Amino acid sequence: MPDGAITKTAMLEIADLHAFYGESHVLHGVSLEVRQGEVVTLLGRNGAGKTTTMRSIMGIVSKRSGSIRFQGTELVGMAQHRIPRLGIGYVPEERGIFSSLSVDENLTLPPVVKDGGMTVQQIYDLFPNLKGRGSTQGTRLSGGEQQMLAIARILRTGANLILLDEPTEGLAPVIIEQIGVAVRALKARGFTIVLVEQNFRFAATIADRHYVMEEGHVVDMIPNDQLDANMDKLHTYLGV
Amino acid sequence: MFNLLGVPPQVLFGQLLLGLINGSFYALLSLGLAVIFGMLNVINFAHGALYMVGAFVAWLLLTYLGLGYWWALLVAPTVVGLVGIALEKTMLSRLYKLDHLYGLLLTFGLALIFEGAFRHQYGVSGQPYPIPDALKGGQNLGFMFLPNYRGWVVVASLVICFGTWFAIERTKLGAYLRAATENPTLVQAFGINVPVMVSLTYGFGVALAGLAGVLAAPIYQVSPLMGTNLIIIVFAVVVIGGMGSILGAIVTGLGLGMLEGLTKVFYPEASNIVVFVVMAIVLLIKPAGLFGRER
Repeated sequence: MPDGAITKTAMLEIADLHAFYGESHVLHGVSLEVRQGEVVTLLGRNGAGKTTTMRSIMGIVSKRSGSIRFQGTELVGMAQHRIPRLGIGYVPEERGIFSSLSVDENLTLPPVVKDGGMTVQQIYDLFPNLKGRGSTQGTRLSGGEQQMLAIARILRTGANLILLDEPTEGLAPVIIEQIGVAVRALKARGFTIVLVEQNFRFAATIADRHYVMEEGHVVDMIPNDQLDANMDKLHTYLGV
Repeated sequence: MFNLLGVPPQVLFGQLLLGLINGSFYALLSLGLAVIFGMLNVINFAHGALYMVGAFVAWLLLTYLGLGYWWALLVAPTVVGLVGIALEKTMLSRLYKLDHLYGLLLTFGLALIFEGAFRHQYGVSGQPYPIPDALKGGQNLGFMFLPNYRGWVVVASLVICFGTWFAIERTKLGAYLRAATENPTLVQAFGINVPVMVSLTYGFGVALAGLAGVLAAPIYQVSPLMGTNLIIIVFAVVVIGGMGSILGAIVTGLGLGMLEGLTKVFYPEASNIVVFVVMAIVLLIKPAGLFGRER
């Protein structure tokens, strides 16, 4: 994969995606696309459907209709455990570090699904905080370190699309800065990243484009270089 | 002849050995229950019945096919494990989204069906199962006589229990199991087929019960009710050890078996209830069990 190159064809194409939690209709026709090598954010208020969009891609929300295509393969209707094996890594909002597993076990838990994943050494270079903590219980790490571990364990698998759900939530500014450095390093390595963020100041430092979601669908798309010009509009969308 | 705490050593050590044997079965059975509860959140009431099925498979193999004990040790757990996987796939898997009570009711019903079917076919009187030739006889240890077969049961169950503990706590496969116990959705989102893992876990848990059944066949008789007699105590063991705790199941199983043996020496009247008294005390002081984590 060329370093940071953005190709024209879409790697992930979502068209008219509807999703349901039981009886409640949460996504109302989400459409967006992400090209290979891009960092794209989903912005929006709480409950706009950002996390649900990610959970629908992974098949965790199983009641869904419409189309989600990853490198040409349709994900709607696919068995849930096959989706990550296509090369999609998921970092959930709650981080999902296992308390009954050590840091090492957490790091090596997700199976390698493709060639070309990062080595443990490369991961330690990216997140020096994790080095030497291998035998620590996963949940004894600080919040920031847990976030790093949640990202780190996906990098080993060879997944080339990474879904990052609010990686900066609840973290101190200095840690957010470190996460930002890491995400930029991943982009430079050619990873494609979809990022859910509440903090658009953080998002603006790493993203190529921003999709704005409201009430279960995409209402706008703002390229990062036009962010300043659209600031008023964005403030209205996000209510900040 | 010297006395220990006012009782002859033969009596004391004899009862301790008996306690250790019972404890081995408690440990094997509660271990399976703990593994199943941890992963499936199902209190497997069919466990005692499947232990009985394991013993019967051994007896049937010998009676109709002439296959002896060592074959039975291999075949019976496999058969019971496959039966378990079939039960999980066709019935239990439909209940995970419902209250725990439904899993308990289903497995309780299954236990009654298994026991009823075997009772109908073979009656309630036990069928004898011979000790294999290689394990006949015994050792005089000076302070007591140790029948070889009983020694074998204790050693075999210790090896199986700690082997299982090691596999779950120290291996990669065990890491998947622990992770899926905590957060199955996320483990599935890493590309692991969790429903298959759940089936295999149930199969493994009940295969342990089947194996215990084979080990028990030459000691107790093979009878349709052998599981019912044991399972109530085993549930008490699980509660004392802490629901879902692997190490808790093993240590508590062996410990309570010995405690029962000691009670038989010093206050025989209480030997049938001592486990339940301990359970009540543990529940009062540490409701999650000795090795359990508060949820």
